[in-house]
Amino acid sequence: MTNGRGQRPWVPVLVVAGCAVLPWVGLNAYHLEVLATAGLNALLALGLNIIVGFAGLLNLGFAAFFAIGAYTYALLNLHLGWAMWWALPVSAMTAGLAGVLLGMPAIRVRGDYLAIVTLGFGEIVRIVVTNLEQWTGGPNGLLGIAHPSLGRYQFGVESRPYYYLSWLLVWIAFVACVRLSQSRIGRAWAAIREDELAARCAGVDVDRLKLTALGCGAAMAGVAGCLFAAKQGTITPDSFDFIQSVMILAMVVLGGLGSCGGVIVGAVVLSVLPELLRGVAMYRMLLFGVALVVIMRCRPQGLWGHGTPAR
Amino acid sequence: MTWYHTLLQHLINGLALGAVYALIALGYTMVYGILQLINFAHGEVFMLGAYFGLSALLLGQVTGPLPGVWCWWVTGMMLLAILGCSLTGCAIERLAYRPLRRAPKLSLLITAIGMSFVLQNVVMLTYGAQDRHIPSVMPTIRWTVGGASVTAMQVVLVCSGLVVMLALHLFIRRTRVGWAMQATAQDPVAARLMGIPVDRIIALTFALGSALAAVGGVLFGLYYATVNFHDGYLMGLKAFTAAVLGGIGNIPGAMLGGTLLGLLESVGAGYLSSQWKNVFAFVILVLLLICRPRGLLGERVVDRD
Repeated sequence: MTNGRGQRPWVPVLVVAGCAVLPWVGLNAYHLEVLATAGLNALLALGLNIIVGFAGLLNLGFAAFFAIGAYTYALLNLHLGWAMWWALPVSAMTAGLAGVLLGMPAIRVRGDYLAIVTLGFGEIVRIVVTNLEQWTGGPNGLLGIAHPSLGRYQFGVESRPYYYLSWLLVWIAFVACVRLSQSRIGRAWAAIREDELAARCAGVDVDRLKLTALGCGAAMAGVAGCLFAAKQGTITPDSFDFIQSVMILAMVVLGGLGSCGGVIVGAVVLSVLPELLRGVAMYRMLLFGVALVVIMRCRPQGLWGHGTPAR
Repeated sequence: MTWYHTLLQHLINGLALGAVYALIALGYTMVYGILQLINFAHGEVFMLGAYFGLSALLLGQVTGPLPGVWCWWVTGMMLLAILGCSLTGCAIERLAYRPLRRAPKLSLLITAIGMSFVLQNVVMLTYGAQDRHIPSVMPTIRWTVGGASVTAMQVVLVCSGLVVMLALHLFIRRTRVGWAMQATAQDPVAARLMGIPVDRIIALTFALGSALAAVGGVLFGLYYATVNFHDGYLMGLKAFTAAVLGGIGNIPGAMLGGTLLGLLESVGAGYLSSQWKNVFAFVILVLLLICRPRGLLGERVVDRD
């Protein structure tokens, strides 16, 4: 189920109401912080889902676009004093542009090889960010990035406003993704994913549509990056390493490749699960690994995936 | 030292590093050749190999100078590591890959990531999170060849790499089991129809690849004298890069790719700054893949659909 309209119109209303009420029903600051991070991850997962789930282009360096968005806002804020609201579209644009620029030569490479090119790109971005010390602060990162404000209201360091903002963006992105998947472009992506040659023969402009998918997905990661930098106030290259790329991919696959609702579920599960396991301290990541294997063995198509496995 | 000596020194260091990359890359490439699967847990198996080598020394209670002949110690480390890693490799295949053979390829990627978290954390909980020192078993002999210095360790590294790779080559080309592996890689369905026990061959491929990673792990541990549970990740990533560089699924390609990556990295780090050496490796990889999408030696059309 990617779209509840028609059969069950009350589902989205309930979900939105639930999300809005959640911070007031006994959740403490720590819970909200986890959920705000989950929102950011959901945004990233939705973006990656466009590339991997819709267009079928495996990407192993997605954190690079997240990094580009975050550093764009950080630099605009620190050097030019831009507010987050103005930087948000710019972050989306720079990340999207990076996606298209990477895509232009890489689009000819297919299958797993594309995955490796994107992996290489992700590593290159991370190492460049680490080494360009005069601009990015090197391994220590950038400090003192301004938190956003809305009129008189300062977002500050508390998690609650970020929770609302990130889930508002998730909601917008979710609706956009669902509409996109049902549009002409979305159907063309599905055609490319299922059989590229057939799609090309049917007159689909494969190269341009692949670039569109990369651009859209990367732009969404750019928005997430901008919000991340504004929320943390500090960014370091460590937040954008290969493990981060892999975790976003895990959210997409675990939730259900190509299903917009599914990838949000995947993002929430993989953000909350490690926190739930904090009780067992040392064994946390061990059990997390076991959980990944067990979930995939029980539901190979993902928690909320379609019955027929997509390629 | 003239420029010539410096270059020679970088090349020698690069060759030693390249041998380790090649040994790990072979495991990636063999599994990919048969299952079209990127075995993301392979880097951890390599790291495990180094720890098994350390365990062999700990079992023999080596702390100071070595009792007995060093050759035997190295052999012991290798045997324990090969045994342990082969079993681990088979276990990974059995637990995380075989149940999902009919599932979409990306699901296997996630179980692989899960397994690599498990292995990392098992090692961390057993040996601790800090760097572990590996006592130097090898005699510290140093020769001067053409103005550049070569340590005994480097010679052993390159030689054992060569021997193992030659053995693998002969095994795959000359034995019936090797033929069965080639047949399974070409067409699993037809291979099964010809009476080849495909599941056993796949398990064997994992065992063999893991054994090679184990040799690489022990040599790596001896060469750098320290090991950490995080080491598998970056080495695995680079070895995988090497496998792709040579053309993944292609065994001579993995050897070539590994050696080449080691040389490039060593020369790149020597002449450019060492901070940028990883960028160097990845930029070459991306450029090469864009110009020659199937790697240096890859002839087979590898396509996922």
